[in-house]
Amino acid sequence: MKKLLPIAVSLAALTAMNVSASTLEEVQERGVLKCGVSTGLAGFAAPNDSGQWEGLDVDLCRAVAAAVLGDSEKVEYVPLTSKVRFEVLKSGEIDVLSRVTTWTFTRDASLGLNFAGVNYYDGQGFMVPKALGVTSAKGLDGASICIQTGTTTELNAAEYFKLNGMTYEPVPVETSAEGRSNYLAGRCDVYTTDASALAAQRSVFEDPTAHIVLPEIISKEPLGPVVRHGDDQWLDIVKWSHNAMLNAEELNINSKNLDERAANDKDPAAQGLLGSNDAKLGAMLGLDKKWAYNIIKQVGNYSESFERNVGKSTALKLERGLNALWTNGGIQYAPPLK
Amino acid sequence: MSTEINNYEPGMHPSLPPPPNSVGPVRWMRDNLFSSASNTFLTLLGLYLVYLILPPFIQWAFIDSVVLGAESRKECLAMMGDDRGACWSFVYRRWGQFVYGFYPIEERWRVNVAFILTAMTIAVVLVEKLRANNKILITAVLFPVASYFLVVGGSFGLVDVPTNKMGGILLTLIIGLSGIFVSLPISIMLALSRISKLPIFSILATIFIEFIRGVPLITLLFIASTLLSYFLPPGSNFDLLLRVLIMVTLFSAAYIAEVIRGGLAAIPTGQYEAADALGLSYWQSMRLIILPQALKISIPGIVGSFIGLFKDTTLVVIIGLLDPLGIGMAAISTTAWAGLSTELYVFIGLFFFIFCFGMSRYSLHLEKKLNTGHNN
Amino acid sequence: MSGMQVQEKKTVTLGSLWRDKKSRGVIMQIIAVIGILLFLGNIVSNTVENLDRLGVKVGFDFLTSPANYDINQTLIEYDSSDSHFRAGLVGLLNTLLVAGCGIIVATFLGFTAGVLRLSNNFVLSRLMQVYVEITRNVPVLLQILLWHGIIIHSLPVPKRAEAIMDMFFATNRGVYLPQPIPQDGFGWVWIALLVAIVFAVLFKRHANKVQEQTGKLIPAIWIGAAAIVGLPVITFLLAGAPIEMSYPVLKGFNFKGGFVIKPEFMALWFALSLYTGAFIAEIVRAGIQSVSHGQTEAAHALGIRPNFTMRLVVIPQALRVIIPPLISQYLNLTKNSSLAIAIGYMDLVATIGGISLNQTGRALESMAIVLGVYLFISLFISALMNIYYKRIALVSR
Repeated sequence: MKKLLPIAVSLAALTAMNVSASTLEEVQERGVLKCGVSTGLAGFAAPNDSGQWEGLDVDLCRAVAAAVLGDSEKVEYVPLTSKVRFEVLKSGEIDVLSRVTTWTFTRDASLGLNFAGVNYYDGQGFMVPKALGVTSAKGLDGASICIQTGTTTELNAAEYFKLNGMTYEPVPVETSAEGRSNYLAGRCDVYTTDASALAAQRSVFEDPTAHIVLPEIISKEPLGPVVRHGDDQWLDIVKWSHNAMLNAEELNINSKNLDERAANDKDPAAQGLLGSNDAKLGAMLGLDKKWAYNIIKQVGNYSESFERNVGKSTALKLERGLNALWTNGGIQYAPPLK
Repeated sequence: MSTEINNYEPGMHPSLPPPPNSVGPVRWMRDNLFSSASNTFLTLLGLYLVYLILPPFIQWAFIDSVVLGAESRKECLAMMGDDRGACWSFVYRRWGQFVYGFYPIEERWRVNVAFILTAMTIAVVLVEKLRANNKILITAVLFPVASYFLVVGGSFGLVDVPTNKMGGILLTLIIGLSGIFVSLPISIMLALSRISKLPIFSILATIFIEFIRGVPLITLLFIASTLLSYFLPPGSNFDLLLRVLIMVTLFSAAYIAEVIRGGLAAIPTGQYEAADALGLSYWQSMRLIILPQALKISIPGIVGSFIGLFKDTTLVVIIGLLDPLGIGMAAISTTAWAGLSTELYVFIGLFFFIFCFGMSRYSLHLEKKLNTGHNN
Repeated sequence: MSGMQVQEKKTVTLGSLWRDKKSRGVIMQIIAVIGILLFLGNIVSNTVENLDRLGVKVGFDFLTSPANYDINQTLIEYDSSDSHFRAGLVGLLNTLLVAGCGIIVATFLGFTAGVLRLSNNFVLSRLMQVYVEITRNVPVLLQILLWHGIIIHSLPVPKRAEAIMDMFFATNRGVYLPQPIPQDGFGWVWIALLVAIVFAVLFKRHANKVQEQTGKLIPAIWIGAAAIVGLPVITFLLAGAPIEMSYPVLKGFNFKGGFVIKPEFMALWFALSLYTGAFIAEIVRAGIQSVSHGQTEAAHALGIRPNFTMRLVVIPQALRVIIPPLISQYLNLTKNSSLAIAIGYMDLVATIGGISLNQTGRALESMAIVLGVYLFISLFISALMNIYYKRIALVSR
């Protein structure tokens, strides 16, 4: 071992290692974006029948790939459990983590990570079988609750029950599949996680109507993409890839009308976004001027992505709610492209 | 009675058959099953236990089960009607995934060829007649190298297949086989170091072996999947499968080193002294005298370690690699096949049982073969 | 001239140093030490650099901050406002609990199966062989998952659970048993038990001495057992039965009161016991077979009854062969209990190495603690084993 380990390590390092200054250069050199996603959560990130990844989080990866590489398909998806996600990101194995990750103070301040925005405003809810006859989370005293470990969920649950003077039996689960199996077998009365994920879980039940999500939302869960500390340019790219999709929606530019808008629109904001005027927005990020054009062309604006993955027409049937644009009563608000 | 004897003619008589209850199946049953009241009770209890478990299992697994035709668990249940048997359809539907993982379908022939090459290598290693021929032996040693290039690709005009596409039985075999073959030389070095007269070597080897043997494999795999990158130069990064392979190799090396150390300890001191008397250097005496004998004694133990390692490959599912168990778990977490966990565990269990049982029988056979002439 | 001589001498010395066995050993060791130090130094500097780049602090101060998560099986008082350290302690105790329970059952199973495997009874020996071969050759992770699946899918939910003998409930949330809660004055029963044990040990010694001197057999074991059972019972009754039973009662979602064995614990316990039991059975069988047949025959020739032959002649000799691998099986069981995370049993790896690690992001420190604890347990038991070896070595000739 004494002799062989360093040799093995350096051999492996020689073959696979590439030391380079910035994440952007690294990704462009590699020609593919490595994006950490969840192991399978309907609507956010899950492989479809033909093995293609789909979902809101996946669209963010695709947007970054479109901006950086000009092709939204050049993404390698790395499915991660909630437990290992931060370590994998920190190790540099992935370029961006887009995995229903809640933006919290502790994570932002102490993990050596940066949150690049919020692509879904969520909150933690409770799902119970209708047959249980519970209508409020206040009635859950003494219940057994399935909780995914390694998430903010378990902290919120502990806090909520403590504040309300109730007791519960936590049943820790590793993956959503395990949680589903425990919940359906009756190992726990309640399944708690982000409300959107509950909707996703329920959508794959044999009989979704037999389960209800309780009205209480017990936490703020701003979910967003995460990058490593120390590369501000990359942080800007991820942040503005998301903001470009929001701004496009606000400007009413979508994947269908963008060519026409690029040619005819007189609005400087639209022209700047689509790279059809002299405002060199792309260059400031170190990208070419078609960066946002590529995002909208290949992925669509935020509204398109939302409706395609989690919206009314999908199995999840989620309302825009908080995730509507600020102009429509929501809180999705992108800084201006100036 | 006595009158009969009196009436007996003197001279030769044909011998009478033994009483019917002291020969044949009756005698056997009396001796082996019903020799005493408690024995009879235990026999009946055992038979009852078999009756309790076996027929329902056969009914569930074979008679009432559905293998072909069903596209989802619902269809399975519909086809079975009232009898709740096993639904093996998901194994049938996802057979390709169970064997190859997500290896591209059009490239799977490469894996098949590699399987065949590996099987041939193993055959050569196991069959003495083939092993004796040097040409065959050398060719056989080259096969695994060829298999590596075949499976990984990226050279000789083959398409590069990333390691995260490898899964299923392919992954189990990659981890198991490369683990054992790479760890063997390392473990020999470790064992020699540990019994070495040079204190530093012996201390270092002891620390390493005791450390690895003292902690659960799963923690080492966690380190491989999350922490190893802290220890490497900044910015460097390499494949998860490779990191897991390194950890698994070190892990099995520590265990096999202890087996080999046992083999070395069993060599009489006379052998060492004789080698010294012949003026052989340390390495010469090891290579020509000690190791051949020690390794021969250690073979059953090494096979045992390998069985252990092979079973332990299932742990990689916890860090997100898709071995057969991981593939199966992904399958039963889809809407179509949800709820088939028992079938999955029985199927994967059977797969491992066949491999491990076969290997343990082989090891037993070796033990018997190597033991002739000793121990009596 | 003299300079040249010195130089020549020097080169000769270097070469001969290498050719000389002893000095070569020293040189190689020095090289090895330098290599290791360089290697470790490289790792440390890389780690420091990596942590620095990420701006992550290292330290164990997180252990004292509140854990903020709940644990469903706690042997000591624990609350989400307790520290990460205490959460880790709860996890460690859970690890030790399942390991301890597993070791007891595995030993019992293993010895039974090992002896029965050698019995003349064809059905039994085959049955044991089937048990041993099946459990030994299937990955233990799979067995844990299988037992967990069986328990949570085949047992009823609490609302549909039916009472067994009015006080036991088997549900997929756990098996509920009545729990005796000692009241004031129960302490006397413990004292009585202690007295009885001391008495039994002393009496057995006395009986051995009597047997050695006079050959008279005193049934000391039975008398001792009677004392150990009888004395506490008498004290218990005299103290006015100071105990209250807490019966499980269905209240709301779950049973309240009584003693509960969680399904995660049960699954882990069963699987580890059965798996390790199969290995122990093989060890026991090999141990018994290692005792030469001549020993049994000699004992028979001396007129010792078969029962005593086994107990006094075969087993003591077999134990010498059995115990070292048995201990290493115990260690394996303890290490395998870390697979608990697959089914959500909150052991050491799941608390400190899982949730705490994730909530605080202190991966290096948490894993160091987990590794350190396992290493300590292993080395501690190895040390005990070495002491035992030495004692054996004194006895053997």
